[in-house]
Amino acid sequence: MLAYILRRLLWTPILLLLAAFFVFFMGTVAPGDPAELQLKNRATPERIEKLREQLGLNDPLPIRYIRFIGNALQGDLGESYTYLGKSVTSLIGPRLWVSVQLNIVASVIALTIGLPLGFYAAKRQGTSRDPAIVITMLVLYAMPVFFTAPLLILFFAVQLHWVPAAGWGGMFSTQVILPALTIGIPGAAIFVRHMRASTLEVIGQEYVRTAYSKGMSDFVVNYRHITRNALLPILTLLGFTMAGILGGSLIVELIYGIPGVSRLALDAIFQRDFPVMTAFVLIGAVMLVLANLVIDIAYTIIDPRIRLN
Amino acid sequence: MTTSTSGTDSGTGDSEPTAPSLPHRGHWRNVWARFRKRKLAVVSLTIVAIIYLLGILAPVIQTHDYQETNLFKTQHGPDSENWLGTDRLGRDIYTRVVWGIQTTVIITITTFITGSLFLGVTMGLVAGYFRGKIDAVISRIGEVISAFPDILLIILLAATLRPRIVEIARNIEDSTGISGLVSSGIVDYLVIGIALLPLSWFGMMRLVRGQVLALREAEYVEAARAMGTSTPRILFRHILPNVVSPVIVAVSFGIGSIALSEVILSFFGLGVQPPRPSLGVMIGEVTARGNTSVSVLRDHPEQLLAPIAVVWLMIFCWNIIGDALNDVLNPRAR
Repeated sequence: MLAYILRRLLWTPILLLLAAFFVFFMGTVAPGDPAELQLKNRATPERIEKLREQLGLNDPLPIRYIRFIGNALQGDLGESYTYLGKSVTSLIGPRLWVSVQLNIVASVIALTIGLPLGFYAAKRQGTSRDPAIVITMLVLYAMPVFFTAPLLILFFAVQLHWVPAAGWGGMFSTQVILPALTIGIPGAAIFVRHMRASTLEVIGQEYVRTAYSKGMSDFVVNYRHITRNALLPILTLLGFTMAGILGGSLIVELIYGIPGVSRLALDAIFQRDFPVMTAFVLIGAVMLVLANLVIDIAYTIIDPRIRLN
Repeated sequence: MTTSTSGTDSGTGDSEPTAPSLPHRGHWRNVWARFRKRKLAVVSLTIVAIIYLLGILAPVIQTHDYQETNLFKTQHGPDSENWLGTDRLGRDIYTRVVWGIQTTVIITITTFITGSLFLGVTMGLVAGYFRGKIDAVISRIGEVISAFPDILLIILLAATLRPRIVEIARNIEDSTGISGLVSSGIVDYLVIGIALLPLSWFGMMRLVRGQVLALREAEYVEAARAMGTSTPRILFRHILPNVVSPVIVAVSFGIGSIALSEVILSFFGLGVQPPRPSLGVMIGEVTARGNTSVSVLRDHPEQLLAPIAVVWLMIFCWNIIGDALNDVLNPRAR
């Protein structure tokens, strides 16, 4: 087990370096000369050449990559092309925090709806409730956010006036409810699906039958024997939820007018602000890889049955 | 690891007779017989077939030209002339939806054949069978790609590659005299296809690799090797047929998400370019990229709901089909 953890710890930085190289390479393939883009209409061939030299764009690729990595390690991801003089980190930082908050609330919603419902469906297998839950959740899962978001706003904000229609006031304000539901409901569907499957798997095990035949109460078997074991595979899923933080809420943030990463990311794409764009992808990759690393290691510790060679 | 020959059912959804009670009539007929018992799956398959057929037959069943604007009849509700109404520019929504489906159909099918089926399956076969260095290289490349959040990687690829691909296409147009390469939409398909490629092959590769790792130790493969059967023949004749079932399941789950990726890319303006219709472009245009979603849904719901209903149905139905196929084909897998 220790060897496995060590191997994972060694591989992670290499993986991140490779991922960073890929992102860096895409940035160089990207159209548009950074110097020209920064100078905008003041660009003359001489000025461009001077700025290229200043920015180190004339250096060979490997040197620029090493410099990129060195800066990135110090938290410097370059300067934005569109917001002149602003560092990418200072642009992304506050917006990223907003998106993370939104996604935390969404994940809590997804888990609190998804896990009990999945467990319940599995326990009711063979009755009409199980397929009813599964199909309802699948309908909600397939529902595009382009529709869910305006529908929720129309109903809960415009019609019933229960919550504000849009905007942002932090993760403890009422404004977070609708966008978090929009992201959380399809997320819940995924948890229902996996929780149901893994509960079914555990229910079929002999130790569950033994527990029942010992005369243990339904509650104790459910809690101590079934749920605890069924939750283990769900842990892996949490890593994918982390992955969704940067990408999954893009559209939702747009529709609800939330000052998260979405607006910035899209502006970066359309204004060809490649430092911002690549920084996004890189931060996303770092978050995903680290989340998966932590989860994999936690897994080997929590589940003693796992013996990795 | 389950091969495709066993027939016990894990019993999710509808109850059904177990395999021994069926007359012996070949694996795929048994599979079909079991699939047919799942009513919801059959309905889903029919709906998907109809949607795809609408897309393929778009040029025949269109009632207008998808570019034709009628400024005297904008934002009009459904009537006998425009079955689903008209949009902001007076274009026929029904016609545009049908053409949008065609775009989705073309993109999902080409991406799947090149990415998942061709690249993914071959890489998986090679990695699983030869193991060692080849496996390490293929798997590590896959790991690097899967280190990125899906949608961000797709967006980055589409945004950086498009200008390059357009440039190449224009050069080809200039040097060969073929015109309309860029305007025909082929460039869009290429951009989306390439952007989706890195993601589409890896899942399939890992799946096939896992199966092959188990199968390569099977006795019949060992026997084939002992008789001096050539490696390609072992791979494609002996191993591949036993991997088909999980591949089919993976494809049916994957098509929905590939279709959704195209819709999202086009919604952001990075996929299919107007005037060519795509479901994502339609949703993006109607809602001004999300800004006016609420007022559109309130005032002109048909404009938003027409493209969304298709996306919704497609994703839902493919998932139902995937679930059913999973139960029918891989009774004890996962």
